[in-house]
Amino acid sequence: MKVNGKEVVIKQSQTIYEYLKDNNYNLERIVIELNGKIVSKDKYNTVNLKDTDVMEVLTFVGGG
Amino acid sequence: MENNDQLIIAGHKFSSRFILGSGKFSLDLVKAAVESAGAEIVTLALRRANTKTEYNILDFIPKTVTLLPNTSGARTAEEAVRIARLSRELGCGDFVKIEVIKDTKFLLPDNYETIKATEILAKEGFVVMPYMYPDLNAARDLANAGAATIMPLAAPIGSNLGLLTKHFIKIIIDEIKLPVIVDAGIGSPSQACEIMQEGAAAVMVNTAIATAKNINEMAEAFKLAIIAGRKAYLAGLGRVLNFKAEASSPLIDFLEDK
Repeated sequence: MKVNGKEVVIKQSQTIYEYLKDNNYNLERIVIELNGKIVSKDKYNTVNLKDTDVMEVLTFVGGG
Repeated sequence: MENNDQLIIAGHKFSSRFILGSGKFSLDLVKAAVESAGAEIVTLALRRANTKTEYNILDFIPKTVTLLPNTSGARTAEEAVRIARLSRELGCGDFVKIEVIKDTKFLLPDNYETIKATEILAKEGFVVMPYMYPDLNAARDLANAGAATIMPLAAPIGSNLGLLTKHFIKIIIDEIKLPVIVDAGIGSPSQACEIMQEGAAAVMVNTAIATAKNINEMAEAFKLAIIAGRKAYLAGLGRVLNFKAEASSPLIDFLEDK
């Protein structure tokens, strides 16, 4: 699948929560968009990722 | 004065009229800059997250500060709406600074796309603060679309060129009932003071502070200039005389009297 514009290999039936934990994302500071739709935090545990998925993991940075 | 004279944005009250942009700072300087500025509203941008990043900018902004995510990077209304919704999902409130920019050379905002995004997001309950090129007709459309403030530019983003559009900002201040917050291009405290004297509700500054030799001192200088400008506006400036003079001291009762 694609995460933040890069091809990545995911484990079989991995949830969003498992992927984010495996990759050391700070869950308190991110927002997830999966295939163009926002996924709320309470769904991270129930949504399984697929090879065809496109995910954006976003956070706040400095900006004017 | 601060207690009685508040900046009110969509019912939210602020004592400070200084909105600080957080771009171009190293993270360890952000907290001190916010404190020196006395800022109660700070802008942020939304970008792809890195893994294993130890620190996040939110760790450096006091919890009492209202966060104002921008939609920088958006080239269309649709992209701005997408960024605004994602930002709100981060759980930091409903404020959003709409920024729609197609022009990559001068980074001038697209008023038409900005109006479209404002209309959509205002209906969704966002406190919409659109960044715009100072055009009165566009400002009216933004107000009708549900904007909470109008944020006209003084000069191109990051230029520190000052109040190039002063006259047109003044027209918007006079004609639009919403708070007018001057954003982009202000390069020095004197310029911030000058536009506050003209009745701007607040000023937003980023680059002028981030590129100063001493960031904290410059943040404080802007804070004081904005307070001074506001006081002068409320006090009402004295009148101007062109091509004549009027003595400030009495001209009678001494040498001229024989």
